[in-house]
Amino acid sequence: MSAVVESVPAAPPVDDLQVERSFPPPWMRRAGSQLLNVYAVLGFIYLFVPIFVIVLFSFNQPKGRFNIVWHQFTLANWADPFAVPELVDAFELSLQVAAIATAAAVVLGGLIALALTRYRFRGSGAVNLLLVLPLTTPEIVLGASLATLFIGLEAQRGFWTVVIAHTMFCVSFVALTVKARLRGFDWTLEDAAMDLGAGPMRTFTKVTLPLMLPGLMAAALLSFALSIDDFIITTFNAGDEVTFPLYIFGARQRAIPPQIQVLSTMILLVSVLLLFGGTIFGRLRDRQLTAAAKGATPTAS
Amino acid sequence: MAGTAQQAERRRRFAPYGLLSPGVIWLALFFLVPLAYLLRASLSTRPNRFVPNDLDFAWHWSNYSEAFDQFGEQIQRSFVYAGLTTILCIAIGFPLAYVIAFRGGKYKHLLLGLVVVPFFTTYLIRTIAWKTILADTGIVVDTLRTIGVLGADGRLLATPAGVIGGLTYNFLPFMILPIYVSLEKIDPDLVAAAKDLYSTPGRAFRKVVFPLAIPGVIAGSLLTFIPACGDFVNSVFLGSPRTTMIGNVVQNQFLVQLDYPTAAALGFILMVIITIAVLIYARVLGTEDLTG
Repeated sequence: MSAVVESVPAAPPVDDLQVERSFPPPWMRRAGSQLLNVYAVLGFIYLFVPIFVIVLFSFNQPKGRFNIVWHQFTLANWADPFAVPELVDAFELSLQVAAIATAAAVVLGGLIALALTRYRFRGSGAVNLLLVLPLTTPEIVLGASLATLFIGLEAQRGFWTVVIAHTMFCVSFVALTVKARLRGFDWTLEDAAMDLGAGPMRTFTKVTLPLMLPGLMAAALLSFALSIDDFIITTFNAGDEVTFPLYIFGARQRAIPPQIQVLSTMILLVSVLLLFGGTIFGRLRDRQLTAAAKGATPTAS
Repeated sequence: MAGTAQQAERRRRFAPYGLLSPGVIWLALFFLVPLAYLLRASLSTRPNRFVPNDLDFAWHWSNYSEAFDQFGEQIQRSFVYAGLTTILCIAIGFPLAYVIAFRGGKYKHLLLGLVVVPFFTTYLIRTIAWKTILADTGIVVDTLRTIGVLGADGRLLATPAGVIGGLTYNFLPFMILPIYVSLEKIDPDLVAAAKDLYSTPGRAFRKVVFPLAIPGVIAGSLLTFIPACGDFVNSVFLGSPRTTMIGNVVQNQFLVQLDYPTAAALGFILMVIITIAVLIYARVLGTEDLTG
Protein backbone atom coordinates (compact mmCIF):
# COMPACT_ATOMS: atom_id res chain seq x y z
CA MET A 1 0.00 0.00 0.00
CA SER A 2 2.69 2.51 0.98
CA ALA A 3 4.36 2.18 -2.43
CA VAL A 4 1.12 3.17 -4.12
CA VAL A 5 0.69 6.18 -1.90
CA GLU A 6 4.22 7.34 -2.65
CA SER A 7 3.69 7.10 -6.40
CA VAL A 8 0.86 9.65 -6.32
CA PRO A 9 2.16 12.92 -7.86
CA ALA A 10 2.85 15.74 -5.45
CA ALA A 11 -0.10 17.98 -4.67
CA PRO A 12 -0.24 21.24 -6.66
CA PRO A 13 0.79 24.42 -4.88
CA VAL A 14 -1.73 25.74 -2.39
CA ASP A 15 -2.47 28.81 -4.53
CA ASP A 16 -3.94 26.70 -7.35
CA LEU A 17 -6.06 24.89 -4.85
CA GLN A 18 -7.45 28.17 -3.53
CA VAL A 19 -8.31 29.40 -7.01
CA GLU A 20 -9.98 26.15 -7.99
CA ARG A 21 -12.13 26.10 -4.86
CA SER A 22 -12.74 29.81 -4.36
CA PHE A 23 -16.25 29.54 -5.79
CA PRO A 24 -18.63 28.83 -4.22
CA PRO A 25 -17.11 30.17 -0.99
CA PRO A 26 -17.19 27.79 1.99
CA TRP A 27 -19.96 29.63 3.84
CA MET A 28 -22.21 29.37 0.80
CA ARG A 29 -21.40 25.70 0.40
CA ARG A 30 -22.25 25.07 4.05
CA ALA A 31 -25.50 27.00 3.70
CA GLY A 32 -26.36 24.95 0.61
CA SER A 33 -25.70 21.75 2.48
CA GLN A 34 -27.95 22.89 5.33
CA LEU A 35 -30.59 23.90 2.81
CA LEU A 36 -30.64 20.35 1.48
CA ASN A 37 -31.33 19.04 4.98
CA VAL A 38 -34.16 21.55 5.42
CA TYR A 39 -35.57 20.45 2.05
CA ALA A 40 -35.48 16.82 3.18
CA VAL A 41 -37.27 17.63 6.44
CA LEU A 42 -39.95 19.48 4.46
CA GLY A 43 -40.18 16.44 2.19
CA PHE A 44 -40.87 14.16 5.13
CA ILE A 45 -43.48 16.60 6.47
CA TYR A 46 -45.14 16.54 3.04
CA LEU A 47 -45.23 12.74 3.12
CA PHE A 48 -46.93 12.72 6.51
CA VAL A 49 -49.45 15.58 6.20
CA PRO A 50 -52.25 13.39 4.73
CA ILE A 51 -51.50 10.66 7.28
CA PHE A 52 -51.87 13.20 10.05
CA VAL A 53 -55.19 14.28 8.52
CA ILE A 54 -56.45 10.67 8.33
CA VAL A 55 -55.55 9.93 11.96
CA LEU A 56 -57.01 13.27 13.08
CA PHE A 57 -60.28 12.69 11.24
CA SER A 58 -60.66 9.27 12.83
CA PHE A 59 -61.39 11.35 15.98
CA ASN A 60 -63.80 13.68 14.21
CA GLN A 61 -67.52 13.84 14.81
CA PRO A 62 -68.69 14.89 11.35
CA LYS A 63 -71.50 17.38 10.98
CA GLY A 64 -73.15 15.71 8.01
CA ARG A 65 -72.70 12.36 6.30
CA PHE A 66 -69.25 13.18 4.94
CA ASN A 67 -66.27 13.02 7.27
CA ILE A 68 -64.10 15.44 5.33
CA VAL A 69 -64.63 18.69 7.26
CA TRP A 70 -63.41 19.07 10.85
CA HIS A 71 -66.21 19.56 13.36
CA GLN A 72 -65.66 18.18 16.85
CA PHE A 73 -63.32 15.84 18.71
CA THR A 74 -64.78 12.49 19.76
CA LEU A 75 -63.67 9.03 20.80
CA ALA A 76 -66.95 7.48 19.68
CA ASN A 77 -65.58 6.24 16.33
CA TRP A 78 -62.79 4.32 18.03
CA ALA A 79 -65.19 2.95 20.63
CA ASP A 80 -67.32 1.53 17.83
CA PRO A 81 -65.05 0.90 14.81
CA PHE A 82 -67.37 -1.74 13.35
CA ALA A 83 -70.54 0.35 13.45
CA VAL A 84 -71.14 0.26 9.68
CA PRO A 85 -71.98 -3.32 8.60
CA GLU A 86 -71.37 -2.79 4.85
CA LEU A 87 -67.94 -1.35 5.63
CA VAL A 88 -67.07 -4.30 7.86
CA ASP A 89 -68.21 -6.77 5.17
CA ALA A 90 -66.08 -4.98 2.58
CA PHE A 91 -63.10 -4.97 4.91
CA GLU A 92 -63.44 -8.69 5.65
CA LEU A 93 -63.73 -9.44 1.95
CA SER A 94 -60.52 -7.51 1.26
CA LEU A 95 -58.70 -9.43 4.00
CA GLN A 96 -59.88 -12.76 2.54
CA VAL A 97 -58.86 -11.85 -1.00
CA ALA A 98 -55.48 -10.56 0.19
CA ALA A 99 -54.80 -13.71 2.23
CA ILE A 100 -55.58 -16.12 -0.63
CA ALA A 101 -53.86 -14.04 -3.32
CA THR A 102 -50.76 -13.57 -1.15
CA ALA A 103 -50.48 -17.28 -0.34
CA ALA A 104 -50.80 -18.23 -4.01
CA ALA A 105 -48.42 -15.50 -5.18
CA VAL A 106 -45.76 -16.38 -2.59
CA VAL A 107 -45.70 -20.00 -3.80
CA LEU A 108 -45.80 -19.23 -7.55
CA GLY A 109 -43.48 -16.22 -7.38
CA GLY A 110 -41.08 -17.79 -4.89
CA LEU A 111 -40.58 -20.79 -7.17
CA ILE A 112 -39.90 -18.52 -10.15
CA ALA A 113 -37.35 -16.55 -8.11
CA LEU A 114 -35.68 -19.78 -7.00
CA ALA A 115 -35.42 -21.04 -10.58
CA LEU A 116 -34.04 -17.72 -11.85
CA THR A 117 -31.35 -17.34 -9.19
CA ARG A 118 -30.43 -20.98 -8.59
CA TYR A 119 -30.07 -22.16 -12.20
CA ARG A 120 -28.75 -20.81 -15.48
CA PHE A 121 -31.00 -21.92 -18.30
CA ARG A 122 -32.26 -21.02 -21.72
CA GLY A 123 -35.24 -18.64 -21.73
CA SER A 124 -34.48 -16.95 -18.40
CA GLY A 125 -34.39 -13.58 -20.17
CA ALA A 126 -37.91 -14.11 -21.49
CA VAL A 127 -39.13 -15.04 -18.00
CA ASN A 128 -37.57 -11.87 -16.57
CA LEU A 129 -39.36 -9.85 -19.20
CA LEU A 130 -42.66 -11.60 -18.47
CA LEU A 131 -42.26 -10.65 -14.80
CA VAL A 132 -41.54 -6.99 -15.49
CA LEU A 133 -44.25 -6.45 -18.13
CA PRO A 134 -47.28 -6.53 -15.77
CA LEU A 135 -45.62 -3.86 -13.65
CA THR A 136 -45.04 -1.61 -16.65
CA THR A 137 -48.57 -2.04 -17.98
CA PRO A 138 -51.08 0.53 -16.72
CA GLU A 139 -53.49 -0.99 -14.21
CA ILE A 140 -56.41 0.18 -16.28
CA VAL A 141 -55.23 -2.04 -19.15
CA LEU A 142 -54.59 -5.00 -16.83
CA GLY A 143 -58.05 -4.64 -15.33
CA ALA A 144 -59.88 -4.15 -18.62
CA SER A 145 -58.04 -7.00 -20.36
CA LEU A 146 -58.81 -9.50 -17.58
CA ALA A 147 -62.44 -8.41 -17.61
CA THR A 148 -62.55 -8.95 -21.40
CA LEU A 149 -61.21 -12.48 -20.85
CA PHE A 150 -63.89 -13.23 -18.26
CA ILE A 151 -66.59 -11.75 -20.49
CA GLY A 152 -65.28 -13.80 -23.43
CA LEU A 153 -65.38 -16.98 -21.33
CA GLU A 154 -68.81 -15.97 -20.03
CA ALA A 155 -67.51 -16.30 -16.48
CA GLN A 156 -69.43 -14.45 -13.79
CA ARG A 157 -67.17 -11.79 -12.26
CA GLY A 158 -66.98 -11.98 -8.47
CA PHE A 159 -64.82 -13.19 -5.57
CA TRP A 160 -62.64 -15.63 -7.51
CA THR A 161 -62.02 -13.34 -10.47
CA VAL A 162 -60.73 -10.72 -8.01
CA VAL A 163 -58.48 -13.35 -6.38
CA ILE A 164 -57.16 -14.36 -9.81
CA ALA A 165 -56.48 -10.75 -10.76
CA HIS A 166 -54.67 -9.95 -7.50
CA THR A 167 -52.61 -13.13 -7.67
CA MET A 168 -51.54 -12.15 -11.19
CA PHE A 169 -49.88 -8.87 -10.25
CA CYS A 170 -48.64 -10.15 -6.88
CA VAL A 171 -46.72 -13.02 -8.57
CA SER A 172 -44.58 -10.46 -10.38
CA PHE A 173 -43.91 -8.43 -7.23
CA VAL A 174 -43.06 -11.53 -5.18
CA ALA A 175 -40.77 -13.03 -7.84
CA LEU A 176 -38.85 -9.76 -8.31
CA THR A 177 -38.56 -9.05 -4.56
CA VAL A 178 -37.36 -12.55 -3.69
CA LYS A 179 -35.03 -12.58 -6.68
CA ALA A 180 -33.40 -9.33 -5.54
CA ARG A 181 -32.86 -10.80 -2.06
CA LEU A 182 -31.40 -14.07 -3.40
CA ARG A 183 -28.88 -12.46 -5.73
CA GLY A 184 -25.32 -13.38 -4.83
CA PHE A 185 -26.39 -16.24 -2.63
CA ASP A 186 -24.08 -19.12 -1.72
CA TRP A 187 -25.85 -22.10 -3.28
CA THR A 188 -22.97 -24.48 -2.41
CA LEU A 189 -24.71 -24.77 0.97
CA GLU A 190 -27.29 -26.97 -0.79
CA ASP A 191 -24.55 -29.18 -2.24
CA ALA A 192 -22.99 -29.38 1.20
CA ALA A 193 -26.29 -30.61 2.67
CA MET A 194 -26.61 -33.19 -0.12
CA ASP A 195 -23.01 -34.32 0.42
CA LEU A 196 -23.79 -34.81 4.08
CA GLY A 197 -26.55 -37.20 3.08
CA ALA A 198 -29.68 -35.04 3.09
CA GLY A 199 -32.27 -35.89 0.42
CA PRO A 200 -33.66 -33.24 -1.95
CA MET A 201 -36.76 -32.72 0.23
CA ARG A 202 -34.77 -32.39 3.43
CA THR A 203 -32.27 -30.08 1.74
CA PHE A 204 -35.13 -27.86 0.60
CA THR A 205 -36.86 -27.65 3.99
CA LYS A 206 -33.68 -27.39 6.07
CA VAL A 207 -31.43 -25.25 3.88
CA THR A 208 -33.09 -23.61 0.87
CA LEU A 209 -36.36 -22.54 2.52
CA PRO A 210 -34.78 -20.97 5.63
CA LEU A 211 -32.39 -19.05 3.36
CA MET A 212 -35.31 -17.75 1.29
CA LEU A 213 -37.53 -16.98 4.28
CA PRO A 214 -36.64 -13.30 4.90
CA GLY A 215 -37.21 -12.52 1.20
CA LEU A 216 -40.47 -14.46 1.16
CA MET A 217 -41.76 -12.68 4.26
CA ALA A 218 -40.96 -9.24 2.82
CA ALA A 219 -42.63 -10.23 -0.44
CA ALA A 220 -45.70 -11.55 1.39
CA LEU A 221 -46.07 -8.30 3.34
CA LEU A 222 -45.74 -6.32 0.12
CA SER A 223 -48.28 -8.35 -1.82
CA PHE A 224 -50.77 -8.34 1.07
CA ALA A 225 -50.52 -4.54 1.19
CA LEU A 226 -50.87 -4.24 -2.59
CA SER A 227 -53.87 -6.56 -2.69
CA ILE A 228 -55.76 -4.89 0.13
CA ASP A 229 -55.16 -1.49 -1.47
CA ASP A 230 -55.90 -2.31 -5.10
CA PHE A 231 -58.73 -0.37 -6.62
CA ILE A 232 -58.37 0.01 -10.39
CA ILE A 233 -57.90 -3.65 -11.38
CA THR A 234 -60.49 -4.74 -8.82
CA THR A 235 -63.17 -2.38 -10.07
CA PHE A 236 -63.11 -4.12 -13.46
CA ASN A 237 -63.31 -7.65 -12.11
CA ALA A 238 -65.39 -7.53 -8.92
CA GLY A 239 -68.86 -7.86 -10.39
CA ASP A 240 -71.24 -7.33 -7.47
CA GLU A 241 -68.60 -7.91 -4.80
CA VAL A 242 -67.49 -4.84 -2.82
CA THR A 243 -63.94 -4.74 -1.44
CA PHE A 244 -62.69 -2.11 1.01
CA PRO A 245 -61.41 0.29 -1.70
CA LEU A 246 -64.55 -0.24 -3.80
CA TYR A 247 -66.67 0.64 -0.75
CA ILE A 248 -64.73 3.88 -0.27
CA PHE A 249 -65.09 4.78 -3.94
CA GLY A 250 -68.85 4.30 -3.75
CA ALA A 251 -68.94 6.13 -0.42
CA ARG A 252 -67.76 9.37 -2.01
CA GLN A 253 -71.32 9.88 -3.29
CA ARG A 254 -73.34 8.37 -0.41
CA ALA A 255 -71.57 9.10 2.87
CA ILE A 256 -68.06 8.87 4.28
CA PRO A 257 -68.44 7.53 7.85
CA PRO A 258 -65.51 8.24 10.19
CA GLN A 259 -65.07 4.48 10.61
CA ILE A 260 -63.30 4.54 7.22
CA GLN A 261 -60.55 6.64 8.79
CA VAL A 262 -60.54 4.45 11.90
CA LEU A 263 -60.03 1.24 9.90
CA SER A 264 -57.41 2.94 7.75
CA THR A 265 -55.49 4.03 10.85
CA MET A 266 -55.69 0.44 12.11
CA ILE A 267 -54.20 -0.89 8.85
CA LEU A 268 -51.44 1.68 9.19
CA LEU A 269 -50.66 0.68 12.80
CA VAL A 270 -50.55 -3.04 11.98
CA SER A 271 -48.29 -2.45 8.95
CA VAL A 272 -45.91 -0.28 10.94
CA LEU A 273 -45.73 -2.91 13.68
CA LEU A 274 -45.04 -5.66 11.13
CA LEU A 275 -42.49 -3.55 9.28
CA PHE A 276 -40.48 -2.56 12.34
CA GLY A 277 -41.08 -5.85 14.10
CA GLY A 278 -39.69 -7.62 11.04
CA THR A 279 -36.63 -5.36 10.93
CA ILE A 280 -35.87 -5.90 14.62
CA PHE A 281 -36.48 -9.65 14.32
CA GLY A 282 -34.13 -9.81 11.31
CA ARG A 283 -31.43 -7.91 13.21
CA LEU A 284 -31.68 -10.19 16.23
CA ARG A 285 -31.48 -13.26 13.99
CA ASP A 286 -28.41 -11.89 12.22
CA ARG A 287 -26.77 -11.22 15.56
CA GLN A 288 -27.54 -14.73 16.82
CA LEU A 289 -26.23 -16.27 13.61
CA THR A 290 -23.00 -14.28 13.77
CA ALA A 291 -22.58 -15.22 17.41
CA ALA A 292 -23.20 -18.88 16.58
CA ALA A 293 -20.75 -18.71 13.66
CA LYS A 294 -18.11 -17.16 15.91
CA GLY A 295 -18.68 -19.85 18.52
CA ALA A 296 -18.33 -22.57 15.92
CA THR A 297 -15.09 -21.24 14.44
CA PRO A 298 -11.99 -22.69 16.08
CA THR A 299 -10.10 -19.75 17.51
CA ALA A 300 -6.68 -21.40 17.15
CA SER A 301 -6.66 -21.09 13.33
CA MET B 1 -23.44 -45.04 -10.17
CA ALA B 2 -23.31 -43.61 -13.68
CA GLY B 3 -27.07 -43.91 -13.85
CA THR B 4 -27.63 -41.75 -10.79
CA ALA B 5 -25.15 -39.16 -12.06
CA GLN B 6 -27.12 -38.99 -15.30
CA GLN B 7 -30.32 -38.67 -13.32
CA ALA B 8 -28.84 -35.84 -11.29
CA GLU B 9 -27.71 -34.14 -14.49
CA ARG B 10 -31.16 -34.48 -15.99
CA ARG B 11 -32.75 -33.14 -12.81
CA ARG B 12 -30.43 -30.15 -12.92
CA ARG B 13 -31.39 -29.44 -16.50
CA PHE B 14 -35.15 -29.71 -16.08
CA ALA B 15 -35.51 -28.46 -12.50
CA PRO B 16 -35.71 -24.75 -13.39
CA TYR B 17 -38.53 -25.36 -15.86
CA GLY B 18 -40.42 -27.40 -13.29
CA LEU B 19 -40.07 -24.63 -10.73
CA LEU B 20 -41.04 -21.92 -13.18
CA SER B 21 -43.97 -23.45 -14.94
CA PRO B 22 -46.80 -22.91 -12.41
CA GLY B 23 -46.10 -19.20 -12.08
CA VAL B 24 -45.31 -18.66 -15.75
CA ILE B 25 -48.47 -20.49 -16.82
CA TRP B 26 -50.45 -18.32 -14.42
CA LEU B 27 -48.96 -15.14 -15.91
CA ALA B 28 -49.53 -16.41 -19.43
CA LEU B 29 -53.18 -17.26 -18.73
CA PHE B 30 -54.07 -14.12 -16.79
CA PHE B 31 -51.75 -11.53 -18.28
CA LEU B 32 -50.85 -12.45 -21.88
CA VAL B 33 -54.08 -14.19 -22.93
CA PRO B 34 -56.24 -11.32 -21.59
CA LEU B 35 -54.16 -8.86 -23.63
CA ALA B 36 -54.97 -10.92 -26.71
CA TYR B 37 -58.66 -10.81 -25.76
CA LEU B 38 -58.43 -7.05 -25.33
CA LEU B 39 -56.76 -6.68 -28.73
CA ARG B 40 -59.55 -8.74 -30.26
CA ALA B 41 -62.19 -6.60 -28.53
CA SER B 42 -60.50 -3.45 -29.81
CA LEU B 43 -61.07 -4.67 -33.39
CA SER B 44 -64.65 -5.83 -32.83
CA THR B 45 -68.01 -4.20 -33.38
CA ARG B 46 -71.04 -4.11 -31.17
CA PRO B 47 -73.93 -5.21 -33.41
CA ASN B 48 -76.52 -4.44 -30.79
CA ARG B 49 -75.97 -1.71 -28.25
CA PHE B 50 -78.59 -3.08 -25.90
CA VAL B 51 -77.42 -6.68 -25.72
CA PRO B 52 -74.64 -6.84 -23.13
CA ASN B 53 -71.38 -8.59 -24.01
CA ASP B 54 -72.34 -8.82 -27.68
CA LEU B 55 -69.09 -8.54 -29.67
CA ASP B 56 -68.34 -9.37 -33.32
CA PHE B 57 -64.71 -9.62 -34.36
CA ALA B 58 -64.37 -7.76 -37.68
CA TRP B 59 -60.90 -6.16 -38.05
CA HIS B 60 -62.69 -2.95 -37.25
CA TRP B 61 -59.64 -0.63 -37.23
CA SER B 62 -61.80 2.47 -37.20
CA ASN B 63 -62.36 1.89 -33.47
CA TYR B 64 -58.89 3.32 -33.05
CA SER B 65 -59.33 6.40 -35.20
CA GLU B 66 -62.76 7.08 -33.68
CA ALA B 67 -61.41 6.72 -30.13
CA PHE B 68 -58.52 9.02 -31.03
CA ASP B 69 -60.83 11.66 -32.53
CA GLN B 70 -63.36 11.49 -29.77
CA PHE B 71 -61.00 11.41 -26.80
CA GLY B 72 -57.85 13.09 -28.15
CA GLU B 73 -58.15 15.79 -25.50
CA GLN B 74 -58.15 13.28 -22.62
CA ILE B 75 -55.27 11.33 -24.15
CA GLN B 76 -53.15 14.46 -24.46
CA ARG B 77 -54.11 15.61 -20.97
CA SER B 78 -53.10 12.24 -19.45
CA PHE B 79 -49.60 12.46 -20.87
CA VAL B 80 -49.13 16.11 -19.89
CA TYR B 81 -50.29 15.40 -16.32
CA ALA B 82 -48.17 12.24 -16.07
CA GLY B 83 -45.11 14.05 -17.46
CA LEU B 84 -45.45 16.92 -14.98
CA THR B 85 -46.04 14.39 -12.19
CA THR B 86 -42.81 12.58 -13.08
CA ILE B 87 -40.80 15.83 -13.11
CA LEU B 88 -42.24 16.87 -9.74
CA CYS B 89 -41.51 13.43 -8.29
CA ILE B 90 -37.86 13.69 -9.38
CA ALA B 91 -37.61 17.23 -7.96
CA ILE B 92 -38.99 16.13 -4.58
CA GLY B 93 -37.73 12.54 -4.53
CA PHE B 94 -34.10 12.91 -5.65
CA PRO B 95 -32.96 15.23 -2.83
CA LEU B 96 -34.83 13.07 -0.30
CA ALA B 97 -33.21 9.88 -1.57
CA TYR B 98 -29.83 11.66 -1.61
CA VAL B 99 -30.11 12.82 2.00
CA ILE B 100 -31.23 9.35 3.16
CA ALA B 101 -28.46 7.54 1.26
CA PHE B 102 -25.54 9.87 2.07
CA ARG B 103 -26.50 11.55 5.34
CA GLY B 104 -28.79 8.95 6.92
CA GLY B 105 -25.94 7.21 8.73
CA LYS B 106 -27.26 4.53 11.02
CA TYR B 107 -30.81 5.89 10.65
CA LYS B 108 -30.82 5.10 6.92
CA HIS B 109 -33.22 2.19 7.18
CA LEU B 110 -35.49 3.98 9.62
CA LEU B 111 -35.74 6.98 7.27
CA LEU B 112 -36.44 4.68 4.34
CA GLY B 113 -39.17 3.03 6.42
CA LEU B 114 -40.66 6.49 7.05
CA VAL B 115 -40.90 7.02 3.29
CA VAL B 116 -42.92 3.82 2.91
CA VAL B 117 -45.14 4.06 6.01
CA PRO B 118 -47.63 6.66 4.69
CA PHE B 119 -48.42 4.32 1.81
CA PHE B 120 -49.76 1.64 4.11
CA THR B 121 -52.91 3.70 4.44
CA THR B 122 -55.43 3.04 1.70
CA TYR B 123 -54.79 4.83 -1.60
CA LEU B 124 -58.33 6.21 -1.86
CA ILE B 125 -58.30 7.47 1.73
CA ARG B 126 -55.01 9.28 1.20
CA THR B 127 -56.61 10.97 -1.78
CA ILE B 128 -59.70 11.89 0.27
CA ALA B 129 -57.32 13.37 2.86
CA TRP B 130 -55.87 15.60 0.12
CA LYS B 131 -59.42 16.67 -0.69
CA THR B 132 -59.71 17.89 2.91
CA ILE B 133 -56.30 19.59 2.81
CA LEU B 134 -56.91 21.36 -0.50
CA ALA B 135 -60.53 22.32 0.31
CA ASP B 136 -61.66 25.85 -0.57
CA THR B 137 -61.99 26.74 3.11
CA GLY B 138 -58.78 24.94 4.12
CA ILE B 139 -55.53 26.38 5.39
CA VAL B 140 -53.59 25.81 2.14
CA VAL B 141 -55.98 27.69 -0.11
CA ASP B 142 -56.35 30.42 2.56
CA THR B 143 -52.59 30.96 2.72
CA LEU B 144 -52.16 30.94 -1.05
CA ARG B 145 -54.97 33.50 -1.39
CA THR B 146 -53.42 35.73 1.30
CA ILE B 147 -49.99 35.80 -0.32
CA GLY B 148 -51.58 36.31 -3.69
CA VAL B 149 -50.54 33.12 -5.46
CA LEU B 150 -54.21 32.34 -5.92
CA GLY B 151 -56.82 34.98 -6.73
CA ALA B 152 -59.48 35.93 -4.17
CA ASP B 153 -61.71 33.08 -5.37
CA GLY B 154 -58.89 30.84 -6.62
CA ARG B 155 -59.18 27.10 -5.96
CA LEU B 156 -56.99 24.03 -5.89
CA LEU B 157 -59.70 21.38 -5.85
CA ALA B 158 -61.25 20.68 -9.23
CA THR B 159 -58.20 22.13 -11.01
CA PRO B 160 -55.34 20.48 -12.93
CA ALA B 161 -53.02 21.54 -10.09
CA GLY B 162 -55.10 19.49 -7.64
CA VAL B 163 -54.98 16.38 -9.83
CA ILE B 164 -51.24 16.68 -10.54
CA GLY B 165 -50.60 17.32 -6.84
CA GLY B 166 -52.49 14.16 -5.91
CA LEU B 167 -50.71 12.07 -8.56
CA THR B 168 -47.32 13.38 -7.38
CA TYR B 169 -48.03 12.49 -3.78
CA ASN B 170 -49.41 9.04 -4.51
CA PHE B 171 -46.54 7.91 -6.75
CA LEU B 172 -43.65 9.62 -4.93
CA PRO B 173 -42.32 6.51 -3.10
CA PHE B 174 -42.00 4.71 -6.45
CA MET B 175 -39.53 7.46 -7.40
CA ILE B 176 -37.67 7.66 -4.07
CA LEU B 177 -37.02 3.93 -3.61
CA PRO B 178 -35.27 3.15 -6.96
CA ILE B 179 -33.19 6.36 -6.76
CA TYR B 180 -32.20 5.43 -3.21
CA VAL B 181 -31.18 1.94 -4.32
CA SER B 182 -28.88 3.27 -7.05
CA LEU B 183 -27.42 5.99 -4.79
CA GLU B 184 -26.84 3.49 -2.01
CA LYS B 185 -24.69 1.36 -4.30
CA ILE B 186 -22.27 4.25 -4.95
CA ASP B 187 -18.96 3.74 -3.19
CA PRO B 188 -18.37 6.83 -1.00
CA ASP B 189 -14.66 6.47 -1.87
CA LEU B 190 -15.52 7.48 -5.46
CA VAL B 191 -16.88 10.81 -4.25
CA ALA B 192 -13.92 11.19 -1.90
CA ALA B 193 -11.58 10.44 -4.81
CA ALA B 194 -13.25 13.11 -6.95
CA LYS B 195 -12.76 15.61 -4.14
CA ASP B 196 -9.13 14.54 -3.66
CA LEU B 197 -8.65 15.28 -7.34
CA TYR B 198 -9.80 18.86 -6.66
CA SER B 199 -13.34 18.54 -7.83
CA THR B 200 -15.82 20.87 -6.14
CA PRO B 201 -18.77 19.14 -4.44
CA GLY B 202 -21.05 20.39 -7.20
CA ARG B 203 -18.81 18.97 -9.89
CA ALA B 204 -18.38 15.69 -8.00
CA PHE B 205 -22.16 15.45 -7.96
CA ARG B 206 -22.52 16.16 -11.69
CA LYS B 207 -19.65 13.93 -12.80
CA VAL B 208 -19.84 11.04 -10.33
CA VAL B 209 -23.04 10.81 -8.32
CA PHE B 210 -25.65 11.78 -10.89
CA PRO B 211 -24.43 9.51 -13.75
CA LEU B 212 -24.44 6.56 -11.34
CA ALA B 213 -27.96 7.45 -10.18
CA ILE B 214 -29.42 7.50 -13.71
CA PRO B 215 -30.64 3.87 -13.64
CA GLY B 216 -32.59 4.69 -10.49
CA VAL B 217 -34.05 7.84 -12.03
CA ILE B 218 -35.16 5.87 -15.09
CA ALA B 219 -36.71 3.06 -13.06
CA GLY B 220 -38.43 5.61 -10.82
CA SER B 221 -39.72 7.55 -13.82
CA LEU B 222 -41.25 4.40 -15.32
CA LEU B 223 -42.87 3.48 -12.01
CA THR B 224 -44.45 6.94 -11.67
CA PHE B 225 -45.15 7.88 -15.30
CA ILE B 226 -46.92 4.67 -16.29
CA PRO B 227 -49.41 4.40 -13.41
CA ALA B 228 -49.97 8.18 -13.52
CA CYS B 229 -50.96 7.93 -17.22
CA GLY B 230 -53.63 5.36 -16.51
CA ASP B 231 -54.90 6.72 -13.21
CA PHE B 232 -58.43 8.00 -12.75
CA VAL B 233 -58.74 8.08 -8.95
CA ASN B 234 -57.01 11.44 -8.50
CA SER B 235 -59.04 12.99 -11.28
CA VAL B 236 -62.30 11.72 -9.74
CA PHE B 237 -61.54 12.94 -6.21
CA LEU B 238 -59.45 16.05 -6.81
CA GLY B 239 -60.46 17.09 -10.31
CA SER B 240 -63.53 18.09 -12.28
CA PRO B 241 -65.12 17.03 -15.58
CA ARG B 242 -62.56 19.31 -17.21
CA THR B 243 -59.62 17.31 -15.85
CA THR B 244 -60.74 13.85 -16.99
CA MET B 245 -57.91 11.57 -18.09
CA ILE B 246 -57.76 8.55 -20.35
CA GLY B 247 -58.35 6.31 -17.31
CA ASN B 248 -61.66 8.00 -16.57
CA VAL B 249 -62.74 7.43 -20.16
CA VAL B 250 -61.73 3.75 -20.23
CA GLN B 251 -63.45 3.11 -16.91
CA ASN B 252 -66.60 4.88 -18.07
CA GLN B 253 -66.70 3.27 -21.53
CA PHE B 254 -66.03 -0.19 -20.15
CA LEU B 255 -68.04 -0.31 -16.92
CA VAL B 256 -70.84 2.19 -17.55
CA GLN B 257 -71.41 2.39 -21.33
CA LEU B 258 -70.35 -1.27 -21.83
CA ASP B 259 -68.65 -0.07 -25.02
CA TYR B 260 -65.80 -2.59 -24.85
CA PRO B 261 -64.34 -1.93 -28.32
CA THR B 262 -63.77 1.77 -27.64
CA ALA B 263 -62.36 1.08 -24.15
CA ALA B 264 -60.06 -1.61 -25.54
CA ALA B 265 -58.81 0.60 -28.37
CA LEU B 266 -58.07 3.38 -25.88
CA GLY B 267 -56.16 0.93 -23.71
CA PHE B 268 -53.92 -0.04 -26.61
CA ILE B 269 -53.44 3.58 -27.70
CA LEU B 270 -52.29 4.28 -24.13
CA MET B 271 -49.84 1.35 -24.18
CA VAL B 272 -48.36 2.26 -27.56
CA ILE B 273 -47.78 5.91 -26.60
CA ILE B 274 -46.27 4.85 -23.26
CA THR B 275 -43.89 2.44 -25.00
CA ILE B 276 -42.75 5.12 -27.45
CA ALA B 277 -42.31 7.68 -24.65
CA VAL B 278 -40.32 5.22 -22.54
CA LEU B 279 -38.01 4.26 -25.41
CA ILE B 280 -37.27 7.90 -26.26
CA TYR B 281 -36.69 8.72 -22.59
CA ALA B 282 -34.31 5.80 -22.08
CA ARG B 283 -32.41 6.78 -25.23
CA VAL B 284 -32.07 10.39 -24.08
CA LEU B 285 -30.78 9.40 -20.64
CA GLY B 286 -28.52 6.88 -22.29
CA THR B 287 -29.34 3.38 -21.14
CA GLU B 288 -31.12 0.46 -22.67
CA ASP B 289 -30.97 -1.77 -19.64
CA LEU B 290 -34.49 -1.48 -18.24
CA THR B 291 -34.93 -4.89 -16.69
CA GLY B 292 -31.74 -5.06 -14.62
